[in-house]
Amino acid sequence: MAAVEERQAPREPANEAEAMAHRRRMQKVQLGVFLIIVAVLPLVLQAMRPNDYRYYLHILVFIGLNLILATGLNLLMGYAGQVSLGHAAFYGLGAYTSGILTARYGWNPWAAMLAALVLTCFVAWLVGKPALRLKGHYLAMATLGVGIIVAVVIRQWTSLTGGSAGLLQIPSMTLFGFEFKSNMDTHYYYFVWAFVMLLTIIFANLVQSRPGRALRALHDSELAAQTLGVDTAGFKVRAFVVSAAYASIAGTLYAHSSMRFLSPTPFDFHTSIALLVMVVLGGQGTLWGPVVGAVTITFINETLRPYTNYDIVVYGLLLMILMIVMPGGLARGLAALWNWLLDRFSRSSQGEQQ
Amino acid sequence: MTADQVWQFFLSGLTTGGTYALIALGFSLIYNATGVINFAQGEFVMLGGMIAAASMAAWDLPLWLAALIAIAITTVVGLVLDRAAIRPARYAPHVVLIIITIGASIFIRGTASIIWGPDERPVQAFSGEAPIVMLGAAITPQSLWVLGATLVSAVAMWLIFEYTVVGKAMRACAINAHAAQLCGIELSRMVSWSFGLAAAIGAVAGIVLAPITMAQYNIGTMLGLKGFVAAIIGGMGNSLGAIVGGLVLGVLEALGAGLISSQYKDAIAFIILIIVLLVRPSGILGREGGED
Repeated sequence: MAAVEERQAPREPANEAEAMAHRRRMQKVQLGVFLIIVAVLPLVLQAMRPNDYRYYLHILVFIGLNLILATGLNLLMGYAGQVSLGHAAFYGLGAYTSGILTARYGWNPWAAMLAALVLTCFVAWLVGKPALRLKGHYLAMATLGVGIIVAVVIRQWTSLTGGSAGLLQIPSMTLFGFEFKSNMDTHYYYFVWAFVMLLTIIFANLVQSRPGRALRALHDSELAAQTLGVDTAGFKVRAFVVSAAYASIAGTLYAHSSMRFLSPTPFDFHTSIALLVMVVLGGQGTLWGPVVGAVTITFINETLRPYTNYDIVVYGLLLMILMIVMPGGLARGLAALWNWLLDRFSRSSQGEQQ
Repeated sequence: MTADQVWQFFLSGLTTGGTYALIALGFSLIYNATGVINFAQGEFVMLGGMIAAASMAAWDLPLWLAALIAIAITTVVGLVLDRAAIRPARYAPHVVLIIITIGASIFIRGTASIIWGPDERPVQAFSGEAPIVMLGAAITPQSLWVLGATLVSAVAMWLIFEYTVVGKAMRACAINAHAAQLCGIELSRMVSWSFGLAAAIGAVAGIVLAPITMAQYNIGTMLGLKGFVAAIIGGMGNSLGAIVGGLVLGVLEALGAGLISSQYKDAIAFIILIIVLLVRPSGILGREGGED
């Protein structure tokens, strides 16, 4: 009995405040490790796989963009307890607003990014304000509508967006006179992942701030949060607007990547679903869930790509099996597995000592 | 624009509306039993049309037999979906269950494309192509088949819910699942029934629609989404609402596409969805209050 308590003591601090501080310290360590991995990954890849290096970088840039999108959606789903079925719309608004402003009207990409951000947030606010006043999953339905309307408009308003033929000649991003020319290049990798790190750190701080705690409270019990004086509707709208802002930034980064070309396909309903899947599969409401989800989904997609037709069958099947086996998401599932292994290990080593 | 044109759009809208109504009924059935939005509903429609088309082409079967086979197989698919994917995860949050149905829809669509290939499959109209003129507007016999199927399905559902023990038990579960279980109703059996029925109704919609749109492995997504919109417009979980919502959506969509812009046809349904959510979020026949 005493041995069990002793063994658990270091991992379960006595009171809530201590636990919180412990979690924050752990999170800082994790973020640090993540930053180091992100920083050295291209060097490792270049050394180990020089031939496929550019391909891997390309994939990593996409994982980065998906990660920004999934992190934003995670704020909405894991903390505000709401679902968006049309997040690709905000991604598309971000991409096409900055694409059109820079390619057709000669705007500076940074100014265009800001304009896209303002427009996307405004649209999100316009949709979220009335939908989130109601209880239930009205935001899911409203975002489903917005997602498809935006996708149809992108496809059909050809004079503005180029339609299926695409929007061409989008200029590159520049910073202090330095041009980020190609996403096949290491420069664009670091450029995108700098945004990923920044937005992940903002997210980590946001969910531990007072608004973040309010969101978590209303996720657990909206009624309880309300009685404690939390403006639940207001916080949900803000969370939704922030998650749309994340999508808009990812969209702008996508527009100015190496292809410098936009077509409607990445912004349709299927992307919204893929993002939803990344968040839930990874584990909504966790810091690392979106990372695990974005990496897993991108990895599955790339692995299955050569097997045309069979790829989506396997994808659908994997999705079902993973969700049935780990409804809390992979991040939680893996953490549980890790703890279980630790437990087994310490128990067996204790057994040997006795 | 003349009154004749409007009448013509109205009639053709009613036809599409009939299929939306059937799909919406399927959404309502499963939503009532589980609280889950089944994103594989559109795939049931695709399966109905594809199986009927393929079995008629392959074995030269008569229409009625092909239709029966299609409905039977699709129903089995619905039951298997419930048993293999929904039941093992029934205690998971709704979002997880919804993702499972999304996974199922991707799986079914992919399997269909492997079995039948990517091509469109034509299906002959059930009773000829000669249009019937009604008050100055033409309507194809197939449209009447669609509307007839909608009517028959609606009446059949009403009879089931009103007069059979299973139907009454399903209604009890929809009102309060916990109380229904305390009265000895086995919830998981009711969920199976709702999946089976929803799949069968979806297959019916797919079969009667096939001669109009042709059967193809990928028609399920958009049809499913529009049926979902119809269910919300009518009031989620309300069977009569599903039918009204479907017909209203079909007519408004046809009028919008005909009178305003056919390019934006697919967006019209979703613009209507947003207007409904703003003006009357509980739907036309849903209860007031906006609770889910």
